[in-house]
Amino acid sequence: MSTAETRSGLRLWLWIPLALFAFFAGLAGYMLTQEKPEFVKSTMVGKPLPEFTLEPAFDGLPGASSGDFEGGKPRLLNIWASWCLPCIAEAPQLEALKDEGVEIIGIAIRDRPEDVARFLERHGNPYTRIGADAISAVQLELGSSGVPETFVIGSDGTIRYQHIGDIRPEHVALLKAELEKAQ
Amino acid sequence: MSRALALVVSGALALAALAAWPLASAIAQDALPPAPYAYTQLEDPALEAKANALMHTLRCLKCQSQSIADSDAPMAGDMRHQVRSRILAGDSPDEVRAWLIERYGDYVSYSPEVSQTTWPLFVVPVLLVLAALFVLLRRLGRGRSDKIASESSLP
Repeated sequence: MSTAETRSGLRLWLWIPLALFAFFAGLAGYMLTQEKPEFVKSTMVGKPLPEFTLEPAFDGLPGASSGDFEGGKPRLLNIWASWCLPCIAEAPQLEALKDEGVEIIGIAIRDRPEDVARFLERHGNPYTRIGADAISAVQLELGSSGVPETFVIGSDGTIRYQHIGDIRPEHVALLKAELEKAQ
Repeated sequence: MSRALALVVSGALALAALAAWPLASAIAQDALPPAPYAYTQLEDPALEAKANALMHTLRCLKCQSQSIADSDAPMAGDMRHQVRSRILAGDSPDEVRAWLIERYGDYVSYSPEVSQTTWPLFVVPVLLVLAALFVLLRRLGRGRSDKIASESSLP
């Protein structure tokens, strides 16, 4: 091998670190322009509903337990709270789902009975039961990371679908389709 | 017409709700006292040390750039309560971490485990070190043979 050949080979090799640097700088720049995923999805979808028993959130409705999801039909499990504003925004959609015969069981996060009662009086009550989760224990069991969130629980007791955030009017059909699939 | 109006109004309402949410929720979502072990250490210092080390490596779900040990969000408090009460009940830190990963995926842990999505994290550094070793050995080897060649060519 002549010296000239070795030199040009060497020179080619020298470009590799620069190319790598450019690649990583480009990658970093690209990732900076990408939207950060704001929500953590539950990895419990497809798994059986964890066992739980919650006391009533106020004295107007019974509490909730995993046994209430057994048998017959798919149901919605709605995680909400009276202090959560998007929960007010989704109240009419829950009402609409209830009017179509969907059973909705609520879990109220870090909530006081009087606040729950006032919220339902003001914004309507789509629930058949509401359990009080004062320390987010069941919320964490479900892999849920915020309020409101809505889970579709199949008639076989498995978690079929997770909706993160408030249910907007355009989400109602989607949830109905998921309920249909969970039959 | 009225439909378009309704759409605009509901959109504005949703935006207003979103904008006001952090403020309002900060006021009212801690109306209840925090979970027993959210701000209270375990009595046994050895268990508390274990729980505390674990809490520094778990991501707060509501404030994703902080660990649950660093965050004052009510949900981070509830997660600390889970960690401490599970450690107190005799779970190992690895079991508690696995319990959370089963529910939230690898994302919840700041200390990555080898899994289907994380294996490149562990394999790429090894490959890079091997490549560097290869280049280094070749260059050293060539240097020596060049030297020998130049020495032998001396008269």
